[in-house]
Order: sequence, then C-alpha cells, then structure tokens
Amino acid sequence: MQQALLEVQNVTKVFPGIRALDDVHLSLRRGEVHALIGENGAGKSTLVKILTGVYIPTSGKMTLDGKEISFKNAIDAQQAGIVAIHQEASMFPELSVTENIFMGHHLRNPKTKKLDWKTMNEKTQGLLQRMQLDINPDSFVKNLSVAQRHMVEIVKALSLDADLVIMDEPTSALTGREVEDLFRIVRSLKEEGKAILFISHKFDEIFDICDYYTVFRDGQYIGEGKVAESNEDTLINMMIGRSIDQMYPHHEPKIGKKVLEVKHLSQLGAFKDISFDLHEGEILGLFGLVGAGRSEVVRTIFGIDKASEGTMHLLGKPFMPRGAIDSMRKGIALVPEDRQRQGLVLKMSLTHNISLPVLTNLCWKGMVTNKKTEMQYVQEHGDQMEIKSAGYHVEAETLSGGNQQKVVLAKWIGTNPKILILDEPTKGIDVATKAAVHEFVCDMADKGVAVILISSELPEILGMSDRIVVMHEGYQTAILDAEEATAESVMRYAIATVQMEASNA
Amino acid sequence: MPDLSFSSFVKKALARREAALTLLLVVILVPITIRSPQFLSAKNISTILNDMAILSIVAIGEFYVILSNGIDLSVGSIIAFTGMATGMINQANPTVSPILLMFAGMGIGMVMGLFNGVLVAYGKIPPIITTLGTVNIYRGLTFLLSGGTWVTAHEMSESYIAFPRNTFLGVSNLLWIALLVIAVFYYFSRYSRTGREVYAIGGNPTAAKFVGVNENRVRVVVFLISGTLCGLAGALWTARYASAVNEMATGFEMQAVAACVLGGVNFAGGSGGIIGVVLGTLFLGVVTNALPVIYLSVFWQTFVQGLIILIALTLNTMSDQRKTKKLLAQRRG
Repeated sequence: MQQALLEVQNVTKVFPGIRALDDVHLSLRRGEVHALIGENGAGKSTLVKILTGVYIPTSGKMTLDGKEISFKNAIDAQQAGIVAIHQEASMFPELSVTENIFMGHHLRNPKTKKLDWKTMNEKTQGLLQRMQLDINPDSFVKNLSVAQRHMVEIVKALSLDADLVIMDEPTSALTGREVEDLFRIVRSLKEEGKAILFISHKFDEIFDICDYYTVFRDGQYIGEGKVAESNEDTLINMMIGRSIDQMYPHHEPKIGKKVLEVKHLSQLGAFKDISFDLHEGEILGLFGLVGAGRSEVVRTIFGIDKASEGTMHLLGKPFMPRGAIDSMRKGIALVPEDRQRQGLVLKMSLTHNISLPVLTNLCWKGMVTNKKTEMQYVQEHGDQMEIKSAGYHVEAETLSGGNQQKVVLAKWIGTNPKILILDEPTKGIDVATKAAVHEFVCDMADKGVAVILISSELPEILGMSDRIVVMHEGYQTAILDAEEATAESVMRYAIATVQMEASNA
Repeated sequence: MPDLSFSSFVKKALARREAALTLLLVVILVPITIRSPQFLSAKNISTILNDMAILSIVAIGEFYVILSNGIDLSVGSIIAFTGMATGMINQANPTVSPILLMFAGMGIGMVMGLFNGVLVAYGKIPPIITTLGTVNIYRGLTFLLSGGTWVTAHEMSESYIAFPRNTFLGVSNLLWIALLVIAVFYYFSRYSRTGREVYAIGGNPTAAKFVGVNENRVRVVVFLISGTLCGLAGALWTARYASAVNEMATGFEMQAVAACVLGGVNFAGGSGGIIGVVLGTLFLGVVTNALPVIYLSVFWQTFVQGLIILIALTLNTMSDQRKTKKLLAQRRG
C-alpha cells in the first residue's frame, strides 16, 4: 500500500463536558476515495472541522506528506491543500462564478497590482472545461442549481490546487442525475491523484464510489478496510455494535387512550406520508439519520410549520394548529432541538425564561404579572429539574449546556402538557444530566403524558421507547415495537435498505 | 456560595450600567461645579430637568422600539405633526382645555405609530426603512397641514402656553407628566406580559415563536407606544416653546437614540431598562447644559453629542465582549 497523504494519529478533541473525538486514527492516500462512516454525533464533522482548521485538537498529531501540520485557521488549511465542500454550500450568491472561485486568493497583475479578471476568467473557463461542466463563468451563483453550486465549490477546490478534498454529505440535496454528474467528477479527481474524504449516510453511494472506509462511533475509531472486501452487514455492525453500557430507567408502559392520530401528514420538500397513533403514557421514539425530516414532522404537529397535506386528530377532534399558541392551548409542548436558538432567550433571566410560556396564566387580568406567584411557579418547576445556577435571577447564557436544557424542560412542564415532544433532549449534555432527562421522560409517561422522543442515539431510542417510528429521507419506513426492535433492524430502516430490497423484489 | 464582601458588591454595582452612569454623572459634575458654582443651584437644576423632560418621554418610546430590535427614525416628524396639529386646534378653539390637547396629540401620534408598526409587522419592511420613509411623509404632512405657516405665541391661548410651566407642589406640570410616563412604563416593562414579550422578541425571536409569542402584535405595540409618546411630546413642545414651527424637532430621533444607547440599551434588542434610559437622558442634559459653563461654544454641542454616542457604543461593545470571554472561560474551567 502506498504512503499516506494525510495521517491522523491519536487525535482527541474535548468540549466542555463531552469528548467529541477520542484518540482517533485516519489515513488518506492519493487517488483514493475514502468513506468516513458513523451515526450522527460519531465525531465525523468534528474531525472535518479539525482538518479544515476550524477547531484545534486537544491532543494528537496530524501529518501531511510526512510533515507535521497544525492549523491556526481555515486559511492555513487551505494553503496546505485541504479543502472542504460543505453541506450547506458557503458561497456568495450575488457574485459571479469566477468571483466566487477566486474569493480569498484573487490573482493580481504583477505590474499594476490590479485584480486580473481576464486571467481569472480564463482559468475558471479552463477548470470548468476540464471537469466537462456547462457553466458560464460570468453567471451569478444565485442563478445556479444546487448541484451546479456543488460543482463550483469543487472547481474552487481545484483552483486552490487542493490535494485533499473533503465532501461532507455532498449528495444530500441532489437528484439522481446530478449525483451521477458528481460521481463522474469525483472519479476524475481520483484519476488526477487527489485524495477524497467522502462523508455520507447512504450506503449505496459508499459502495458505488468509495475504495476504502473508516468507521467512527461515539467519537472513537472503530475500524477500517477496503470497501470491496466488506458488505453492509459488517458496516452496520461497526456503526451500532456497541455494548449498551448506559442504564435506562425502567418504564412499565401503561398505555391509555389514543391522544393523537396523524394520517398522511406531508410537507413539500421536507417529509411525505407520515402516519402514526400516539397514546397516553406511551413513549414514541422517532429515529432517522440527519436529513430524515424528524424535526420538521414535530414542528408541523406543534404548528410552527404548516402541513401541505394530511390530517391530524387530537382526542378524536380534527386538529391543525395555526401556530405554537394554538397547540400550547390544546396541551402540546415542544422542547426544540436547538436550545440556544429555539429554546431560550439567552439574555433573559431563568425566571423570565421559565415563566414565558405561561405568562397569560400568571397575569392578573391578562396584563400585569404578579411577581410572587411567578417566583413560586418558577421555583416549583425549576427545583423539580434541579437546575444548578447562582439563582433564578441570573441570565440563561451563564449556564452550562446541561443546565440550560433543564431550564428548557422546566419551562415546558409547567404548561401541564398532554403531549410532550422532545427533539434531541440529550444532545451535547453530560452523562449525569442525560440520566436526569431520561428519568424525567419516564416520569412524565408514568403520569399519563404521551411522549414523542426524537433522538439520534440508537441506544437511547431503544432504551426509552415503547414504539419506534423510523424515517428515511422524509419517508416513514417502519413502525417497530420496541420489544422486537434491534439496533440492527432500526438502522436498516433508517438507511432504508429494507425498503429498497422489498421494492426490488 | 455567593460572594458577599463589600468589594464584590461595588464591582457588581459598577457592572450595571445604571450605577456606572450615575457615578460618571457625579464625576463630571465636580469640575463643572468648581468652575461655576451656580451650576448646581436649584434654578439651574430645574432648568436642566425641564429641558430634558420632553426628551425623556420620547426616549422611552424609542427604548421599546430598540428593545424589540428595531429603530424609530420618525419620532421628530411625529412630534412636529402633532405639535402643529395641537397648535392649530388651539388657534381655532382657544377655549379647548390643555389637557384635552395633550390627549389629542397622543391620539394623532398613536395613529402615526400604528402606521409604522403595521408596515413593519405585516408589510415585513425593516424598521429602519419604514421609518426612513415615514420621517419624510410625516414632515411633509406637517407642511401640508400648516400650509407652510407658523402658529405664533399670540395666536395661542394663554392657558395652553402656561400649562407646562404651571407648577403643582413646586414641580412643573411638564416634569410631572414626564415622571408619570417614566413610572407607568417602568411598571409596564417589568411587570406586564407584553413588556416581557418585547424583551423576548428582541432577545430571540425564534425562541419566542416556539412559546407562542405573537411577534406581529409586539412589533405593532412598540411603534404604537413610540408614536403615542411622541404625540404627547409634540403637544407639550408647542406649548413650552410657545410656537408651532414646521421644522420643529428636526433630528430629535438622534437624541432619543443617544439617550437609549447611553443608558445601556442593547442596539440589537433584548436588553436594557427604563432607569438606564432616564439616566442617559439626564446625562445628555447635563453635558449640553454644561458646555456654555465651560465656555465651549454652542457650535460644539452636536460634535460633543456625537462623541458621547460613539464612546457609549464602544463601552457597550467592550462590556459585551468581556462578558462573552468570561462566560467562555467559565465553561472551559
């Protein structure tokens, strides 16, 4: 085997309260497409950010062409020849293709020092031709399709003379034809001797285009090998095959009457044909990989987004909320995924954050908040969640992630919900808080609340849920009984190989 | 364990903008008073307070708009239109009571604020653009209303002109009104649901949406408050300066914004308080009033005001950055 272009050795990255990467290895060779495989939160994106100079590793060593490298910023990484093509293309829509490609490394006329647009245009034209792309260098990026923008990003990488091109979920927004186009370009990059790091959740693509793979799980290196010598089963096992070392609270479901009935719920471009029932005292897990549309489904149930098709019944009555206030009044609570952006007003105190959803009830004649009642209310629910802080008067931004999450939970339990929706409630929080959240979820279910739990962590879904709805790219692929579900079966539905086999048969 | 020592108490107190501003006020008063002992005479203090009363009313309206992450540039023009309108009502019907004129001003101002608010909330036009348009529309309407003429002192009733100056318990009506506005809106910002919702919308509109705060309603309300208070200010302005001029209160929005910024109101919305705004207004008043005392010509006034705004904004940014760094350090540690 030839010598590696990039060698990552024993790299560890620690964030407060969490080890995002723990002693991982990765070696990339020229002329090879290398798949980096793992569940959400396995540490793939963290590694990409380290390779592109966004994060600095806590410890470990990286070598490029045998020389040790350490990047202080993204420019360093670019100059060393590592370029990433991002999930969300980071481009300037109001500028032309040429201007985008040369942004940050403009060419200048050696004599006059003026920007040399003529040469830049010619070079762009040359690169586009080399990739056999039919794109006009003068057209504005805002007028290009998503696929074309990806191509421009790749051309930009070429203009930088990158040795290593990182593609993070490059096909997530592309159609079948466009994926073919992309793969053609990936193959030609490979022939030119570039190393390509390919991150994807789609197994068919990995088997189609990649030569070699490395698997991460929970921030740890699991294994590597040649794609040709492996199969789906091995890879799935490597992705999920952990010992379930975490204990989940025992939950004896007392399933009551049907609370919510969702039928053929669809939203254009996000998800299609979602149908399930939800009962009192039940914990319904909602699992899927990034881009499966889980958050969009619950946002629609809560009324933040509008459904384009389908019906819902709440306690037998037709239900289609026009906004959060509507669904809150009817007893639904949603703990959103991004607590800093959606869950909290960081500049406000804990008191004000916790009382915000119930201000109407705490108001006298609907207008004036009664401070004493408010304090009582906040203390009751805040203490229940055991929030660690200097007091309820401090601003939410001073708290750690785990405690912020407790504030968000405290904020919602006071609304006495009949349906509690939790979107990734344990993402990025420490183990102790995680356990507290699990305890809380089971408590709520035992009290007869119907719970929808979204999580990207398979053990959590398996350990907590009574039933599991699995989604793949906007489609519902299965509803499984938790008793019968295994990590493997859930993962198979999440990457939708089962359905494909069925439809092929 | 919370740190209860005296030094930490002082540090915490100084970290609050209100306390720092009070201290600064005292610090600049010392050399001014040494230079000119009459500066702190009861008469001069009363002059400063009365001069600042109208600004404080307008600044409180501006405060709510900035708190919701907006800005109201039309305040000067609303003052001009309502001032002209009340002046002309008084000219036509000298017997109308001054109190009624105050309410007339508020009513007209409310409609103008409502127009701003509806454009921002339902037309989705950014506040700065909306009010950049209406600042000219309202000024134009003032000229159309007056036909370009003035209402002069001898065309107005004596009771109207005397109204702001008349005293009750030794304090002028003008000051009483300002104090009432301050009290009402202090209470409103701290203890009303809508007040709380303005903080939420300014601090994080997404999170506010997730708890069912009606964003459009809040955006209309803040402009409604600003317009109504400007209407009140317009009615008082005409009486106090005993004339209604088409150009009145031109550029007043800058002073209102300056008072807010000085008072520590976050320009991106979500934080700040009424006490800070009042102190900011007072600070501007003292500085403006002190310039002649230290023999600086009036021509320097706008220059100095601009300088103060810049310094205040720099301080705001610096303290924000310090806070962020401290938070990061805490989390790492």
